[in-house]
Amino acid sequence: MVNLGLRRLVLAAMTLMIGGLLSATLVRYAPGFGADERQLDARLSSESLAAIRNASADERSIGSYYLGYLSRAVHGDFGVSRSLNRPVRQLLTERVGVTFQLVGKAMLLAWLAAAVLVCVACLWRAPVLSLGSTVLTGTLLCLPAGALALLSIVLNAPGYLALAFILFPKVHRYLSNLTAATAHMPHVLAAKAKGLSQTHILFWHVVPVVRREVLALAGVSVGLAISAAIPVEALCGIPGIGQLAWQSAMARDLPLLINLCMLVTASVTLANSGADLLAQERRPPL
Amino acid sequence: MKGVRRAARAMLAVIALVSAIGGFLSRFDYARQDRDAISAPASAQHWLGTDQLGRDRFARLLHGTRVSLMLAPAAAALSMLFALVIGAAPGWMGGLSERSAKLVIDLFLSVPWLFLLMMVRALLPLNTSPVVSAVVTFLVLGALGWAAPGRILQARASRLRQSHFILLARAAGISRWRLLYKHVVPNLQPVLLAQFWISIPIFILAEANLSLLGLGVSEPLPSLGSLLRELESVLSLGGGVCRFTALIVLAVVVSSLQIAVSREEAY
Repeated sequence: MVNLGLRRLVLAAMTLMIGGLLSATLVRYAPGFGADERQLDARLSSESLAAIRNASADERSIGSYYLGYLSRAVHGDFGVSRSLNRPVRQLLTERVGVTFQLVGKAMLLAWLAAAVLVCVACLWRAPVLSLGSTVLTGTLLCLPAGALALLSIVLNAPGYLALAFILFPKVHRYLSNLTAATAHMPHVLAAKAKGLSQTHILFWHVVPVVRREVLALAGVSVGLAISAAIPVEALCGIPGIGQLAWQSAMARDLPLLINLCMLVTASVTLANSGADLLAQERRPPL
Repeated sequence: MKGVRRAARAMLAVIALVSAIGGFLSRFDYARQDRDAISAPASAQHWLGTDQLGRDRFARLLHGTRVSLMLAPAAAALSMLFALVIGAAPGWMGGLSERSAKLVIDLFLSVPWLFLLMMVRALLPLNTSPVVSAVVTFLVLGALGWAAPGRILQARASRLRQSHFILLARAAGISRWRLLYKHVVPNLQPVLLAQFWISIPIFILAEANLSLLGLGVSEPLPSLGSLLRELESVLSLGGGVCRFTALIVLAVVVSSLQIAVSREEAY
């Protein structure tokens, strides 16, 4: 168990390092890198323009930039945001709580709604219920996250509700597919043949079997929620990590973008690793 | 279910056809501004009304649908190419290359790709032409959206490599190329096609999200996503159903695609 935990930790650290390097590389080689709108300002003198060009000179070599960034990050210095002119660490500390709160509430709501709907569909096998949930989740899956965020503004609904509606269809589809697949397993059929109640079968013979997959889905849904939080926060004006990512993308703020990418990668990797570890720990002894 | 699937395919074909011959159906150019009809309601002249700049909504919808329906499959094809090279090929070869490819795929799956997409798209030069911005947006989508199909193709290729009939074919002395051509490619093809079709609605929705954030196809070129930006102005929501046309068309296209490919999804 400890070995597995250590292995996961090393893997997560590696993913984080490579993720940061990947994002830095993508930004460095994207067309338009180094272009600064201030260079178009005719009022600036040649010395000022040279100073602007020199300011981003150390970012031209991806290796040196990334190594320099890592060595500073080890000492807690994540650089200064070019667009907001504030330390990145300060910005992240202010906003990370808002996003985690938003994501936490949305995940709780989405999971609760999906689990209740799946349980009800399992217990009362009504075709209308099944059709209704299929149409609802299908419709929600076809709408872009941004459109749902805008609808939440119009309806004056909180942002976490929009995020919950984005997550709900994905979680529901997967949960219902899992339970449907388990319903045809031999031990469930045997339990049905013995005349056990649907509630007993669901909680004693279906839920324990799908527990590992559900935990894995919980890990994956953290990544989905953080991704979906970008348009929700940006459009609903919620001051979290997603809004910061959008602002920094619009302002071409390289240090902030790389830090955000690392933070999000770390959150997703940790959530996935945690879910994997939990699934391992709860495996029934042979 | 078969009937629903047929209806979805027919709907998709009609939308694609109407958007393809859009130039003949609409009297207006998608970028032409009619200063005398700013935010005009639906009329005999402008079937879906005009936007805040006086541009004909119907012409823009037809052109936007065409852009999305042309570029999303191209991005999906690019994505499948990456998935084949980085996922399926190492899966077929096995050993260190397979393990390395698995690590790369895991890495790409761990990084939320909307983040990467925003990063790359935001760094396009400010003077990029609208056509180039549309092509680059979908190119980036294709270049970053290969990881999930890559994982599936890798698993399939790995299973094929270990399958009995491949072992038997190898033992019979079949050449490597013949093995690939006669046995591997036909077995990978259904999975590849399924992933290709599944990727198209995903890319259309991703472009819509990017456009809603102002990072998608740039003005005046329309796409289904950029047309949705009109919803951003809360006041415009009160102007009748024609303001939601882009959202309705998007939902119809995506749902039709999802239903049409539901059979292939089983792979």
